[in-house]
Amino acid sequence: MRQSPSDASTHSVLIFWIITGWVGFLVLPWYGVQDGFFSFEWLVDGYPFDEDYAPAAFLIGQGEKLWLTPLIPFLLAPLFVLKLRKTDPAFAKVLILSGALGFSVLIAQGFGIGIRGWNFAWLEAAFGPLGDRQFGMGYGALLIASAFLFIFTHGIAARGAINGDVFVVGAIGFVILIVAAFVFFPIAKMLSAAFITEEGGYSGTTFIEKFVDHRLWGIGCLTGAGRCGAALNSLFLAVTVGFLTTVLGLVFALVVTRSGFRHTRVLRALTVLPIITPPFVIGLALILLFGLSGSVTVFFSDVFGVQPSRWLYGMPGILIAQTLAYTPIAFLVLIGVVEGVSPSMEEAAQTLRANRWQVFRTVSLPLMRPGLANAFLIGFIESMADFGNPLILGGNFDVLSTEIFFAIVGAQYDQGRAAVVALVLLSFTLAAFYAQRFWLGKKSYTTVSGKGDAGVHPKMPRGLAVPVFIVAGVWGAFTVTVYGMILYGSVVELWGVNNTLTFKHYVTAFSVRIEDSGIRWSGAAWDSFWTTVQIAAIAAPLTAAVGLLTAYLLTRQSFAGRNAFEFGTMLSFAIPGTVIGVSYILAFNVPPVEITGTGVILVVSFIFRNMPVGVRAGIASMSQLDKSLDESSLTLGANSWQTFRKVILPLLRPAILAALVYSFVRAMTAISAVIFLVSANYDMATSYIIGRVENNDYGLAIAYSTTLIFVMLSAVGVLQLLVGKTRIGRRKQTT
Amino acid sequence: MTTSTISSKAAPVSFQGVTKIYGRDVVAVDDINLEIEAGKLVTLLGPSGCGKTTTLRMIAGLEMATKGRIAIGDRDVTKLPATDRDVSMVFQSYALFPHMTVLENVSYGLTFSGFNKADARDRAAQGLDLVGLKDFGDRLPSELSGGQQQRVAVARALVLEPQVLLFDEPLSNLDAKLRRQMREEIRDIQQNLGMTVVYVTHDQEEALAVSDVIVVMRNASIAQIGTPRELYDAPADRFVADFIGEANLIPCEILSVEGDEAEISIADFHHRLPSRGLQPGAAMLAVRPSRLVLDESEGFPAWVKKATYVGSRMEYTLEAQFGAVFAVTDSTDEPFQVGQEMTVGFASTGPVLLPGD
Repeated sequence: MRQSPSDASTHSVLIFWIITGWVGFLVLPWYGVQDGFFSFEWLVDGYPFDEDYAPAAFLIGQGEKLWLTPLIPFLLAPLFVLKLRKTDPAFAKVLILSGALGFSVLIAQGFGIGIRGWNFAWLEAAFGPLGDRQFGMGYGALLIASAFLFIFTHGIAARGAINGDVFVVGAIGFVILIVAAFVFFPIAKMLSAAFITEEGGYSGTTFIEKFVDHRLWGIGCLTGAGRCGAALNSLFLAVTVGFLTTVLGLVFALVVTRSGFRHTRVLRALTVLPIITPPFVIGLALILLFGLSGSVTVFFSDVFGVQPSRWLYGMPGILIAQTLAYTPIAFLVLIGVVEGVSPSMEEAAQTLRANRWQVFRTVSLPLMRPGLANAFLIGFIESMADFGNPLILGGNFDVLSTEIFFAIVGAQYDQGRAAVVALVLLSFTLAAFYAQRFWLGKKSYTTVSGKGDAGVHPKMPRGLAVPVFIVAGVWGAFTVTVYGMILYGSVVELWGVNNTLTFKHYVTAFSVRIEDSGIRWSGAAWDSFWTTVQIAAIAAPLTAAVGLLTAYLLTRQSFAGRNAFEFGTMLSFAIPGTVIGVSYILAFNVPPVEITGTGVILVVSFIFRNMPVGVRAGIASMSQLDKSLDESSLTLGANSWQTFRKVILPLLRPAILAALVYSFVRAMTAISAVIFLVSANYDMATSYIIGRVENNDYGLAIAYSTTLIFVMLSAVGVLQLLVGKTRIGRRKQTT
Repeated sequence: MTTSTISSKAAPVSFQGVTKIYGRDVVAVDDINLEIEAGKLVTLLGPSGCGKTTTLRMIAGLEMATKGRIAIGDRDVTKLPATDRDVSMVFQSYALFPHMTVLENVSYGLTFSGFNKADARDRAAQGLDLVGLKDFGDRLPSELSGGQQQRVAVARALVLEPQVLLFDEPLSNLDAKLRRQMREEIRDIQQNLGMTVVYVTHDQEEALAVSDVIVVMRNASIAQIGTPRELYDAPADRFVADFIGEANLIPCEILSVEGDEAEISIADFHHRLPSRGLQPGAAMLAVRPSRLVLDESEGFPAWVKKATYVGSRMEYTLEAQFGAVFAVTDSTDEPFQVGQEMTVGFASTGPVLLPGD
């Protein structure tokens, strides 16, 4: 019955990709359509003969773009092996060769020939001047590229890689390709930009000149001779924020798990805050409190006659804002750590005659140490990468992430300098990321074995409990005040000047008029709001899909280079948004992939910025599924794709929902990468708000932020409801 | 049970020089040759880490052999992945899909084997009937007891009528009583349908009870292949003798060999028994605890060091000149006392000669 079912199915998949390739070659426009990826006006506008919209075959037929001709043999070759069985060595060889060579030709012509003809002088020298040029690749090229990729992975699978599993090999190839194209290629491009001189040549001295700049490494603030460099500022800030958030996170985690505190649900709800809050909103609230006309400032100057000052703008403001923003993240990490310390260890220590304080000091705390270091590193990376708060609170205190921005958009317009600063920032975050994965990875003592551990965590010793409660109370109250300020600030006419309550800002932003022609979204914010929702809604399912696919490959398959694969896919977590922004501008402003100024680049940047979220959600829930589930499905005759679809995916429904919602929410709150990539057509909510802040239009900015927070709060709430309902049939897994 | 239309397409399995190496140099299975006859229940038995599960997974196609050739029926499957092999497997954890009902679980494999929906349902229902779970089709696996889950897992594998059915320590999650019952049911179904079954266990009693043939494995290779009785009565070496049932290993001297019979001496006691091809010189005598006859007229001297009452029988540790031996007797009414001296003899069949080291 199962004599050789996979021969037929293998070939049908292969045929699909070959056809895809030919469709890309014969039917769809080869070059990117200027009106946008999702616009189909070209269908009625001169297709298929107009040069801008013609498929590759028509271009060649009209004697244009003849460098596309070499693609033809590699599209033809796979057709000849369809008759062969997949065990035939010629089958694999032909597929591998045509896939790899076809792809290489595609890439080579794309990079070799650009808007101004040959891209490299030596090509011009070799082939003579080219009287033609080409733009960014479009649908046709996209289809052919995927066809070549999957023909290639088919060949690899036919040679016996991963037990000849076409789906798994294809998935690995796909993930490697897109990560290479949208993470490594832009970073590499940025790296090379750092060496480009003003004349366009490459020079190491240019790099060194920009690298040793005193604006980066100056130590003036220590010697009293002026300001410190941005690199040192960032480093100092990140270390301080990492330390403070870790301490505060631990304090809250101890309150939740070891104090008998009743209302732990309220505290746990706090962990949602950083997810739904656009990063700069905390900064805005601080301005309302401590700015020149802030409530606290005004109060002190009225009562005590303290002269209002701009102390908030600079290091103190950023420090407070980031500590407020990232403490919940540290809390989230440390709850797991504090709960993960096996109670039986602590109980064992108690039965060995240690008192509570001794147990905490000699057993609990040492066991938590790797977790604490982890929380510190996360705080460090987040602070380094933060862009919104330094932008609105920075004052004269330069940090790396804003330096990058000003190097690109400011009067300097120095791409090289932006690239150098981005590299410095990247090396800091990568170092922390590396430490987190390779140094801490081996040192975790927390025991989440799934085995029942009947013990109960002991309470904190009294000497510790009192300060912990005080700190938690004060900081909790402060957080609540700050969020209250956001809400309150959105309904005040003009903060500090005219404190009458009004809905004016909401009206300006979100007014709707009903006219004869239908509803008119006349509010100022609607444009950016809908764009944001649209882009986030497109990006979310793609992010979740890529993330879960990667998680599946990481948890379920073993293949050569798996560790490098894992490192590469998780890497984008450590790449600050500003770095992504700059590198995307540098990489995708010119052919062959020319997508700046479109919605596509925003979608792509969200996918790769948020992919680690999906990967981690997927890994977490997939590692709870026993591997024998897959294996039994395989021995029952399902192939790996059917297993993935029928067994793994249905069991992952909660993880899928979570990945969907979080990537949606993160896409809505992102600012750092977005601010480089927005365009007139595609303005995003966050960059619009920043624009309002720069115009001192705080009321509108805060009203808009508040709206975003509520939109996302409801998204998360809907998620909780849905996930709560999908927990059927998982009560008792395999024992 | 006999009305079922589920039959078997039992096929033999053949391993020729199969080696499995994990990573660079961890040898899990080392150059084994094994022929499994169609319609037989063959058990792979051995201590943990001996390579038995790896061997099973290579039959399933979940691990690929590093070297050698594996055939199922007359087809070379060495390079074939699990999906394409006509083999199904019952897992130690049962691996029932928690999001599907029992019936969906059982018909899962059928939907990939060219059955239409209605046929798949029918066959699945027959499979459930076969394991006595006819009315449980609509339940979720989480609503079944451990034993019932086990039966569903068996039904799910059975309905595909595989050429070979594999069991990976299927009973280790059940309690002792249920374990006995389940192993009898598995044996019944296997014999009624005439299936080829390969069964992995580390429990020697279970292996003796269910198998046509037992393959004892040790350190990635095969120590001995034989029927349960052959292994019990005529172990090839000390490892097998000790692993299958317990055995006292008593050093002895072969004095002379006449035809098939050898005369041995143990501490001045002379005894005759089959020589099994051994030559005069130092040798080892393996004697099951139940084959020692206490307080015989002929035998070696020993005294009772420890006596334990375990209900159905008495267990004694005896101290002899050459060391301690372990014996059991069925008579519990008048046990021997600790310190009592006696002469210990051998039952007429049972003791076997093994090469000395």
